[in-house]
Amino acid sequence: MSDWRPSARFEHLQQRAGLLAQARAFFAQRNVIEVQTPVLAKHSVTEPDVQSIQVPDYGYLQTSPEYHIKRLLADGVPSCYQLGPVFRHGELGRLHNPEFTMLEWYRLDFNHRQLMYEVADLVDELLGPKPYQHLTYADLVGGVASGPREMLDLAFAEACERLTPGRFFITDYPADQAALARINPDGQTAARFELVIDGVEIANGYWELLDADEHRQRFAADGEIRRHRELPAMAVDEEFLGALEHGMPKCAGVAMGFDRMVMLACGAKDLSDVLAFRGTR
Amino acid sequence: MATYSTNEFRSGMKVMLDGDPCNILENEFVKPGKGQAFNRVKMRNLKNGRVWERTFKSGESIEAADVIDLDMEYLYTDGEFWHFMKTDDSYEQVAADAAAVADCQNWLKEQDVYQVTLWNDDPIAVTPPNFVELEVTDTDPGLKGDTANGGTKPATLSTGATIKGVPLFINIGDVLKVDTRTGEYVSRAKT
Repeated sequence: MSDWRPSARFEHLQQRAGLLAQARAFFAQRNVIEVQTPVLAKHSVTEPDVQSIQVPDYGYLQTSPEYHIKRLLADGVPSCYQLGPVFRHGELGRLHNPEFTMLEWYRLDFNHRQLMYEVADLVDELLGPKPYQHLTYADLVGGVASGPREMLDLAFAEACERLTPGRFFITDYPADQAALARINPDGQTAARFELVIDGVEIANGYWELLDADEHRQRFAADGEIRRHRELPAMAVDEEFLGALEHGMPKCAGVAMGFDRMVMLACGAKDLSDVLAFRGTR
Repeated sequence: MATYSTNEFRSGMKVMLDGDPCNILENEFVKPGKGQAFNRVKMRNLKNGRVWERTFKSGESIEAADVIDLDMEYLYTDGEFWHFMKTDDSYEQVAADAAAVADCQNWLKEQDVYQVTLWNDDPIAVTPPNFVELEVTDTDPGLKGDTANGGTKPATLSTGATIKGVPLFINIGDVLKVDTRTGEYVSRAKT
């Protein structure tokens, strides 16, 4: 018999609906407007550790609304958020689903530290208030901090799993893990933060890099790693770069895994318990 | 030889690790949002029964193990090997050594059927059914009338195994149903 039933029970779906409404109310109150950018677009990210799902003749399902939202900001749209589906190829497990709900928002004139406080405000709103602890990336991974990148990623993942129970902000990522964050004045670390709650990575934020040339260099470096690892080549999104050349206002942005938030709110241990239907391969 | 990639790993899959055949028990996907993906895999070494964990980079491949589980009838032991025969009318036999038979020795009865795990056609493990029926060869004499108070005693079975938790009314010659997973008495077998 076919397994047609939902993977989450109704009480959890109800709780999800409540959290979605709460999140929208939170932003409405702060005059952060909701935007809806394409889920399917011609380009996607160059990052070597994020694989996009390709759609023949159309491009890619978006792994994050980042590029589109930044194009809106460059055109004068004020602080805004998107709450909707994003897609990642090959990610399936207890805490991963190839399609998941991302809450991503951008705040004009914030730096990453100010945005961290707002993330904490939202989390307090959705999960109830609790204290937050602050760690640096080096605190977290300890002695392997200078090892090869793949050892670092594993050490980081395992260290995050051990950050339980509690809410932890991690900052001062190594500069080569800046993604699209600014480099701190020390030249060694990036203006990037993550939030880990009860051992689960919840949010990742940046004080956004604005310089178009620096973007080009980072995209080229991504392309180099992709070639080296024999991953599919990703064309650089010239429309995104065009917006940066035009000029994007100073801002900080953060992406939050909303399904994981629902999971924590429900006390569930697996995304299957909070997704109406679990993705398959 | 076939290989499996980490994203094909499923529980029950048989793979080679460090030269030994293993059974995959759990496969967990681990990935930081901006970092590389890994699979943390829990597996049982089929030769020594040990469970261990190993982390692979996602997308890595490992060799499949040519392992099959076959129902086979136990024939006899010559002291060094335990001989089993296929139940498919081929009369084909295999000889399992003490390492393969291991604790299953306690539950082997001639003509009963056991699950024999073959790796490259060699037996590496023998698994008894969850319940076996074996005759009592030695136990203290039963106490008349003492069936209600729940007292128990040990009993030795035809295989030489001693089990605990046997009710006092059981006598030599009785056939007992035993749970092989716990090694405990279940009931007197219906005759």
